[in-house]
Amino acid sequence: MNNLTDLEKKINSELTTKINKSEIKYNQLYIEIDKEDLLNVILFLKTNKDAKFRQLIDITAVDYPEQTQRFKMIYLFLSHEFNQRIVLSYFVNENEVINTLTSIFPAANWMEREVFDMYGINFKDHPDLRRILTDYGFEGHPLRKDFPLTGHTEVRYSEDEKKVINEPVKLEQNYRNFDYESPWKGTKYIQDQTENNDKKN
Amino acid sequence: MTKKIKNLNLNFGPQHPAAHGVLRLILELDGEVVEKADPHIGLLHRGTEKLIENKTYMQAVPYFDRLDYVAPMNQEHAFALAIEKILKIDVPIRAQYIRVIFCEIGRILSHILNVTTQALDVGALTPSLWGFEERETLMTFYERASGSRLHANYFRAGGVHQDLPAGLEEDIEKFCETFPKILNDLENLLTDNRIFKQRNVDIGVVTKEDALDYSFTGVMIRGSGVPWDLRKSQPYECYDQLDFKIPVGKNGDCYDRYLCRIEEMKESVSIIKQCLSKMEKGPIKSQDGKISPPPKKELKQSMEALIHHFKLFTEGYRVPKDEIYTSVEAPKGEFGVYLISDGSSKPYKCKIRAPGFSHLQSMDYLIKGHMLADVPAVLGSLDIVFGEVDR
Repeated sequence: MNNLTDLEKKINSELTTKINKSEIKYNQLYIEIDKEDLLNVILFLKTNKDAKFRQLIDITAVDYPEQTQRFKMIYLFLSHEFNQRIVLSYFVNENEVINTLTSIFPAANWMEREVFDMYGINFKDHPDLRRILTDYGFEGHPLRKDFPLTGHTEVRYSEDEKKVINEPVKLEQNYRNFDYESPWKGTKYIQDQTENNDKKN
Repeated sequence: MTKKIKNLNLNFGPQHPAAHGVLRLILELDGEVVEKADPHIGLLHRGTEKLIENKTYMQAVPYFDRLDYVAPMNQEHAFALAIEKILKIDVPIRAQYIRVIFCEIGRILSHILNVTTQALDVGALTPSLWGFEERETLMTFYERASGSRLHANYFRAGGVHQDLPAGLEEDIEKFCETFPKILNDLENLLTDNRIFKQRNVDIGVVTKEDALDYSFTGVMIRGSGVPWDLRKSQPYECYDQLDFKIPVGKNGDCYDRYLCRIEEMKESVSIIKQCLSKMEKGPIKSQDGKISPPPKKELKQSMEALIHHFKLFTEGYRVPKDEIYTSVEAPKGEFGVYLISDGSSKPYKCKIRAPGFSHLQSMDYLIKGHMLADVPAVLGSLDIVFGEVDR
């Protein structure tokens, strides 16, 4: 389809119940689907002659710790033929396993490994689900919102053991996140401290 | 008598001059033929995305310089465009031209580095010596505009940090006159060179279909004959007012990709020339005091300017709740930023789409069945920079 509104109509009429929400923003089509329909929707987008989203640009996740369905998965597609972009998304729970795209797009391999590494989301039937960006033997999932910015361990060379070792992070001073957005109440950590002091008294 | 033959596992890197950074490539060799390649990346992982979530929008810009550190401003560009689209601010025309000029300088910087080091990997030393002299000239242009040779931190949402200093435009123009000759000299050394051709022609061939399946962008997909360039197909900034061509390869091998890069450099020179001739005096950043800091001069006299300055450099500007993907044609391919803002002055999430990541992933597919000596040639033509692959 040469035009995004036509494409939106087409997708909505062909996939009807599978599309929860669709919207055109910034010249891109944003659609929300259910987890179960992932492979069907993507096969349709890739093969249908009016869509032809032949290229998977990226896969990523977003962490919303306060929601019941914690993670939002996001897939970006590009169609060279019609010069269009689609942003596909759905929500998953923390321990859910989702389908891999590697059989449809070989490029999904590392992208899913990265999501696994950064968010701890598992993919079913992924050929090679290892950590990718973090260190060998790393624990935790860095891009989760409850992972501290300073991390849990730090690395140094130990003269005694003659090797590189991991130790818990020791900071001379706690990481201070200045909250300038409400300047009249003082920063968050000062508030916490005063509250703690109030409780003690 | 029968002898058992076992495949040899070879560690290529993480410290290897032809690995273009810290790549650990585990190769399974049958004699000299590569059976399998397993790249281990992440040795330069710095957690850029996590750090950006904890910084204001203005403080996040320098992280983009440190991704693909041979073409820093191209990355800043994608981030600036994302914020501008959400905030719906216009960029003054002079700022657009300045940005395009520096993006094209970045493209030349990156392509010179790639072409000459690829030649170095296959045995030619001279091109890199000649090429690096030109890179140094270009980096002084960076320095004169932004104060820094590499980590420029120059693009802002709504424009650029400051105007070009006196005389810089003339010097860039002079460079545009002399550079094509240097490019010619480089081509004389390489294009018809027998050794260079033997090492690159028909090596690392990518078909059109595979280029699409493996998410190749930039020169990697154009080398395979797909005429796709975001500057033409989804023009951003003032690229639609400029006249330039998109070089496309035929065979999708390392040699075609080399030719594409050389031609792209020539086009970049022509784009810079066009921008310089069209550029007029004028503002270089958005005049909205809530987004652009006021000039230093006003701070002493205007109360409003002082408040704006204080708020911008403590709290930063707030970006309304939204989600957006913006991409630019970086020298290595499509560089994109998926930005999620939550209405505060810090991004909720900023996913960086680096072209090198998907290119390197295809290493196993590209190198299977090639000789060990072809590994550096293929790796060279992928144009890998670990700053962006590992993020």
